[in-house]
Amino acid sequence: MSNPKEDKKPGTGASVQKQINRRNFISFGTFAVLGTAAFGGWKSLYHSTIETTGITGGAHKPLRRALNKSELFFRNFFSNNHLVKTYPKSMAAKKVRQNTNIGSDSKLDADNWRLQVKKLSGEVLLITIDQIKALPKTDLVFDFKCVEGWDQIQHWGGVRFVDFVEHFGLQPETKLNYVGMETDSAMHPQTILAYEVNDMPLPVGHGAPLRLIIPVKYGIKNLKRIGSINFSNHRPHDYWAEQGYDYYSGL
Amino acid sequence: MKTIKEKHSLIMRWTHWVNFPILTVMIWSGMLIYWANDEYKITIFGHTYVRFFPNWFYNLLHIPARLAEGMAFHFLFMWFFTLNGIFYVAYTIISGAWRELVPQKKSWKEAWLVLLHDLHIRKMAPPQNKYNAAQRIAYTAIIVMGIGSVITGLAIYKPVQFYYLTWLCGGYHFARIIHFALTLGYVFFFVIHVVQVIIAGWNNFNSVISGFEVVNEESKAATKE
Repeated sequence: MSNPKEDKKPGTGASVQKQINRRNFISFGTFAVLGTAAFGGWKSLYHSTIETTGITGGAHKPLRRALNKSELFFRNFFSNNHLVKTYPKSMAAKKVRQNTNIGSDSKLDADNWRLQVKKLSGEVLLITIDQIKALPKTDLVFDFKCVEGWDQIQHWGGVRFVDFVEHFGLQPETKLNYVGMETDSAMHPQTILAYEVNDMPLPVGHGAPLRLIIPVKYGIKNLKRIGSINFSNHRPHDYWAEQGYDYYSGL
Repeated sequence: MKTIKEKHSLIMRWTHWVNFPILTVMIWSGMLIYWANDEYKITIFGHTYVRFFPNWFYNLLHIPARLAEGMAFHFLFMWFFTLNGIFYVAYTIISGAWRELVPQKKSWKEAWLVLLHDLHIRKMAPPQNKYNAAQRIAYTAIIVMGIGSVITGLAIYKPVQFYYLTWLCGGYHFARIIHFALTLGYVFFFVIHVVQVIIAGWNNFNSVISGFEVVNEESKAATKE
């Protein structure tokens, strides 16, 4: 816009004034045009259409695209060697925060509960909670983080998802997506199918009889009361992603 | 007689005015997020002086219950904020403009004199080039704060993948507190900045858009800004 060389030769008063006017006109004109364009751009983003609810929902279309692109970028930094910090048991909260009852308010028939796992072959496994409890138990005391901003050190016990997969011979399925998560996060060594909290069986409010504890994701991904596990090449529906939250919500 | 005195480069003006609306969106969307767990307050000896934030404030700005929307905006505009910042810092280093910006040894003492002068306690202001000592400190601080916002932001955004940043920021809690405090810092900076710009007058403000100031040769010795 401006040419720094211009003023080196002092001109007559009139020609300097002309230069001042010309440069002010160009710069203020550009400023006004770009400012108006930016404001228009903001307006159209702010009023951009909300995505139709499918696998995700509730977010402005361009913002959803940005969330997905950001995920792809930050996924480059994901590693199963990046472990969540763990704490001694004594630091775990005695009263574990329970944020919502969504999905837990219907009556649970604990005796007849079976975890349904659909294999690639079409075979359906029906797994009892005792079968799961018979697997090697992993205790995890970590800082549980919520999208709302709060966090709490909590103590969960259960079977690592990798151990679960290995035991039931689900390795071929792990090439695919998991219950609303990518393979990498599900196979993270600290991802567990939890049936205990503070060494006690899960209460209904915390997702009895079996829930997902996945420390590399925000709380909204830590699904309570798991009923079935499917493996797919396509992302399944996700409750909170339909409410406008990031589908991946990785930490 | 009037002459043109070059002051601000195009890149400096561009990044300055691009940053302003981006930072505004970041602060706004940050408040949409913060609302969901608004636990910060200033309490001294059991008495709470300031609560961040009172309900009338939230309602006035239509902040309540927009967490998901806030996160979506925040995680888009963080890119623009960061890229614009990197562009400015790289330009400042490469062009050598940092020499006019970064505080010098004498700036710390001089800034005090500038303050006394601005408060009309002292008559004379110390001599200066493009920026006075107080400006050097303030404008460098705001860049450091910007870098701090990006680092603490990443520490909260990906505390597992960037665990070393979270550690560097003193943990998840403290990173979130710094991130919040820096935002208050921006608002504080903004208020002082605008007051100073108004006091400095049109010619000074004009230069951040046009790049130059108009100097009257005869009275040159008398002009400070």
